Amino acid sequence: METKAKANSAERRQFIFDTAKMACGVGMLGLGLGLYGKQARALPPQAIRPPGAAAEADFLAACIRCGLCVRDCPYDILSLATPEQPVATGTPYFTARSKPCEMCENIPCVKACPTDALDHGLTDINKAKMGLAVVVDHETCLNFLGLRCDVCYRVCPLIDKAITLEVQHNERTGRHAMFLPTVHSDQCTGCGKCEASCVLQTAAIKVYPVKLAKGELGGHYRLGWEEQRKAGRSLVEDRDIIDLPDRMPEGMKLEGHSDPGSQANAKRVAPTPSAGVDSLQSALPHPGRNAAPAGIPQNISGRSPGKRMSDEAAR
Amino acid sequence: MMASMPADSAGGEALLAKGWWGAHRWLVLRRFSQGTILAMFLAGPWFGVWIVKGNLNYSLTLDLLPLTDPLVLLQLLATGHMPERNALLGVCIALLLYLLIGGRTFCAWVCPLNVLTDIAGGLRRRLGIKGSAHISRRARYWMLAMTLVLAAATGSIAWELVNPVSMLHRGLIFGMGAGWMVVLAVFLFDLLVMSRGWCGHLCPVGAVYSLAGRWSLLRVAAAGRAACNNCMDCFAVCPEPQVIRLPLKGAKLGAGPAILSPNCTHCARCIDVCSKDVFAFGMRFNNSAAAGPATVAPE
Repeated sequence: METKAKANSAERRQFIFDTAKMACGVGMLGLGLGLYGKQARALPPQAIRPPGAAAEADFLAACIRCGLCVRDCPYDILSLATPEQPVATGTPYFTARSKPCEMCENIPCVKACPTDALDHGLTDINKAKMGLAVVVDHETCLNFLGLRCDVCYRVCPLIDKAITLEVQHNERTGRHAMFLPTVHSDQCTGCGKCEASCVLQTAAIKVYPVKLAKGELGGHYRLGWEEQRKAGRSLVEDRDIIDLPDRMPEGMKLEGHSDPGSQANAKRVAPTPSAGVDSLQSALPHPGRNAAPAGIPQNISGRSPGKRMSDEAAR
Repeated sequence: MMASMPADSAGGEALLAKGWWGAHRWLVLRRFSQGTILAMFLAGPWFGVWIVKGNLNYSLTLDLLPLTDPLVLLQLLATGHMPERNALLGVCIALLLYLLIGGRTFCAWVCPLNVLTDIAGGLRRRLGIKGSAHISRRARYWMLAMTLVLAAATGSIAWELVNPVSMLHRGLIFGMGAGWMVVLAVFLFDLLVMSRGWCGHLCPVGAVYSLAGRWSLLRVAAAGRAACNNCMDCFAVCPEPQVIRLPLKGAKLGAGPAILSPNCTHCARCIDVCSKDVFAFGMRFNNSAAAGPATVAPE
């Protein structure tokens, strides 16, 4: 009886040790793989995912590396990453510079995807967001040099929407215009045609994952003019606003420039302007003047601005 | 095609008794099956004849039949992503199929890595490489759990970064890259470090198929076990020898002759190498302890 109990206890100990050994070994393997997987998530910027792919983390959760998108791409653009590449093994990608997306209207790659890693909700290829083209180098882009290359603009499947040419004065020659290729992120699909066809040795326009290419306003930011449009009126209340004087280069006068702060100051610092100027000033709107707390404008105009103010007022 | 493998030293008796074809029939059929399935995948990219698209993770046959690997789908679900209908349909079809013919039939009849680990196992035997690291054969279930935990924890199908099975198959079809190094590592591991190490101890893909085939209809059975002459050739060639013992030798213990262990890969090499034709394919239900023709019931 006792020997049996002893044997049982030895068996139990052995079982616990074996289990611990197994858990430890497999756990270490899992840890290593997990850390490797963490790195493998950092998609290099030149690898562009097919249309409809979610953000990289979500894409790696959904893609089962079957390669059906690769197979159904009629232009053979996609390939599956091999282990030595910096893209997660077995996942599909393309390189815009060598073979950009041809933007098939029926999007066969998305249709082929069995797991929705390529979003089947994407039915209009023009709504795809594979990446975002960025004119990365203003120093070598021929159009920025004042030449008329325009190739990226011409090849863009959404010409005049995703890429426009913005006309600017050419300061170098003094009498020409520059036609600056300008990408509009709300339209660009990231197909990569522009990067593929850029005539430079190394493309000056490149497609990057949207996350890399775009800035983002802080969540608390509000653009005044948009809020005004939404509300139908200015949200800035006119009362109790301290208007500080605008500093202008000496002798400069801008037509129609409203600067109630300076004018309010001018009244205080130089109280005896000519009647003509005075009447002009009272004709301008002075939203801040009446309500401004008495002490503050004096403090600000305490030093040198006094002279400028009087000069301005004298004009 | 792979039948040019040297004859197993273990099958010498069978070779004399049944001739070369008799002693290699199932092996040749198996290699033929593995080769044909691979060829169907390759016919598209090589010759433009599209029979099967995709790879073993997910494939679409004749633009009609979806098949999904259960492990990759389990990982997918573990990440919290819900796949499209075809992927789910594919896994149901695969599971049904393997419920009929035995889960690990995939390993022996479909998986391309099996060819290499079989060669490693055979070489190991022929070269007399002794000494093998010891890990429990249950380790594969731990590996399986690890892949799922990892998928859930990292939110990505992390096992696919290194899975040698899909790496080899995908590599052959879509381009190997450095994947051959992983495959070579598995081969050398099996050859030098652990006998039947990968397929028999560690592979989580096989572990899922073991579970999937737990109640499968088709089984290998030691139906003629009364004729066994204890040559042990079946044990020598079996990639999962532990599964044979009871069905072959357990008549006195009341064990039926069908090999019910889910780890049996249905490679049928035991059928080949047995000069007494003890083994045969059968149904799991033909498994009364007295089933063997010459077995005398102990009761």
